[in-house]
Amino acid sequence: MESYLFPFDNLLCMLLGISFTVWFTLLLVFIIVPAVFGVSFGIRRLYMNTLLKIFEWATLRMERGAKEKNQQLYKPYSNGIIAKEPASLEQEIQEMRRSGSGLGGAEFDMSDIFYFCRRGVESIVDDEVTKRFTAEELESWNLLTRSNYNFHHISTRLTVLWGLGVLIRYGILLPLRVTLAFTGVGLLVFLTSIIGLLPNGGMKSFLSEKVHLMCYRICVRALTAIITYHDSENKPKNGGICVANHTSPIDVIILASDGCYAMVGQVHGGLMGVIQRAMVKACPHIWFERSEVKDRHLVAKRLSDHVADKSKLPILIFPEGTCINNTSVMMFKKGSFEIGCTVYPVAIKYDPRFGEAFWNSSKFGMVNYLLHMMSSWAIVCSVWYLPPMSREEGEDAVQFANRVKAAIARKGGLADLLWDGGLKREKVKEVFKEEQQKLYSKVLVGGEED
Amino acid sequence: RWRLFSDLLYKHNFSEIIQRASKIFVSHSQITRLYSRFHSLDKGENGALSREDFQRIPELAINPLGDRIINAFFPEGEDQVNFRGFMRTLAHFRPVEDNEKNKDPSAGEPLNSRNNKLLFAFRLYDLDRDDKISRDELLQVLRMMVGVNISDEQLGSIADRTIQEADTNGDMCISFSEFIKVLEKVDVEQKMSIRFLH
Repeated sequence: MESYLFPFDNLLCMLLGISFTVWFTLLLVFIIVPAVFGVSFGIRRLYMNTLLKIFEWATLRMERGAKEKNQQLYKPYSNGIIAKEPASLEQEIQEMRRSGSGLGGAEFDMSDIFYFCRRGVESIVDDEVTKRFTAEELESWNLLTRSNYNFHHISTRLTVLWGLGVLIRYGILLPLRVTLAFTGVGLLVFLTSIIGLLPNGGMKSFLSEKVHLMCYRICVRALTAIITYHDSENKPKNGGICVANHTSPIDVIILASDGCYAMVGQVHGGLMGVIQRAMVKACPHIWFERSEVKDRHLVAKRLSDHVADKSKLPILIFPEGTCINNTSVMMFKKGSFEIGCTVYPVAIKYDPRFGEAFWNSSKFGMVNYLLHMMSSWAIVCSVWYLPPMSREEGEDAVQFANRVKAAIARKGGLADLLWDGGLKREKVKEVFKEEQQKLYSKVLVGGEED
Repeated sequence: RWRLFSDLLYKHNFSEIIQRASKIFVSHSQITRLYSRFHSLDKGENGALSREDFQRIPELAINPLGDRIINAFFPEGEDQVNFRGFMRTLAHFRPVEDNEKNKDPSAGEPLNSRNNKLLFAFRLYDLDRDDKISRDELLQVLRMMVGVNISDEQLGSIADRTIQEADTNGDMCISFSEFIKVLEKVDVEQKMSIRFLH
């Protein structure tokens, strides 16, 4: 029996050996070497265009299937599902009173509650904030079960296609990406530690730049991220702060693969901690201890010191403070805008058709999220570098922050919201309710003075 | 853990839900949208909403009458509202024109009739459900709407004046019929309606 298996066994080993070698060579030639030199073969774009055609076909089939059953496809509308009147509290209440009792500006009217009542119920049906903390709904299906709402309209052909998709994504793409990710991170830690041994100087910065770029590019390929950079002449320069809208931890990789930044963040334990400690050996990043984060003066001082030193890289900050689902930009925290240096805004917009980049941290942990990322089709995004902005005369930090936010929202085609991203986890502050009460009181008391 | 399974569950029950729901809300697409909304508010994924689920909506939390509105969704003494209850309460806000499409004579007065809209608003005032708005109940609602910006005396006189104007039978309370009379010229149908865009 054993002698029967022996040659077969040998053959198997040989085959495995050959396929591994072939695989690694392909990996090296098509992915790692281009990453090192920052070149691209255009394979990813071809892949993206092919996928788009398949998605369109899938949606058409579903529409056909739905028509046969005489039903309608569920089409999500992220621009709002109900009509909301833009009139302010005062305008609406005065209007109601005028049409009711014919006396505009009179005292309390029992119909006043209609305004609050309707506004309240409108916000129950559709509000501007809570929908920003879950993944955006797609108009066409991208063959991922996680984003399908018209499940009952799927035909056999589509199911087969979907099954094929699962095989490709989990069987081929996922292992490939995981290998690349490990390579990229491993190289980063290893090479930055070596560079850390060099004396400070031009050579060290030059090498550190090259190493960082190379490793981030490998990571970009590990996610099959297809990124289009616009307006690169506005890229952030030393002594400035780069601010961008935040959708996922991947934002860092996307920006850092096109330029060198000094990162800001909390010191973590585990693998993240190892990476952080290695990175800081090669060039100065700003890592804060957990306790230091609460001390706003300390944070501001360290940032200003870094910015004042023109030899240090521009700082990368995400002023929203949390991940938002890339349909809007939420309130920017004013801390980074108080420092008084040039701000380089960057807008990042993901194309959700290929893979949902948003990290819903209340639903998924980091590992789950990375698995989702690496088993999607691709991450496609556009990055716009906006012209630098500085604080103007008579403008305070909050106004400056809002101005930058508006510019980023406009460029990326995102909704500009005043709400705080912290509402993802925390309750809204009482002071906003008090503002509403104050406004209404003015309407009441103002009527008395007439 | 994977969102997949609970979503699939929801989807299989879905056609049943639409069937039953179409007695309340006629349009399938509106029902679907409301169901999707219900699902996204239901953080515990147990098919029912609690008061906390509503309070998580920032625009509702800053509404001075937010708590009263949330109460309107929960039947007497209950802490959970299912999708049917959710829709029944929201159905009060359907525009009156919608009724043209659903002329079912056996259905009785539709939830979104002018009368029922006024009753909804009346119940926001009438906390103890005794079909009368007392001076205290009126003061409570006024205080919720103005916060700390108006003194007790001023608020008291506003309440007194309002009751005086509305009260016709001299019991120092506002009954539902007196409420209707006071608001007869107000365009309730328009002010208490929500229009879907699609």
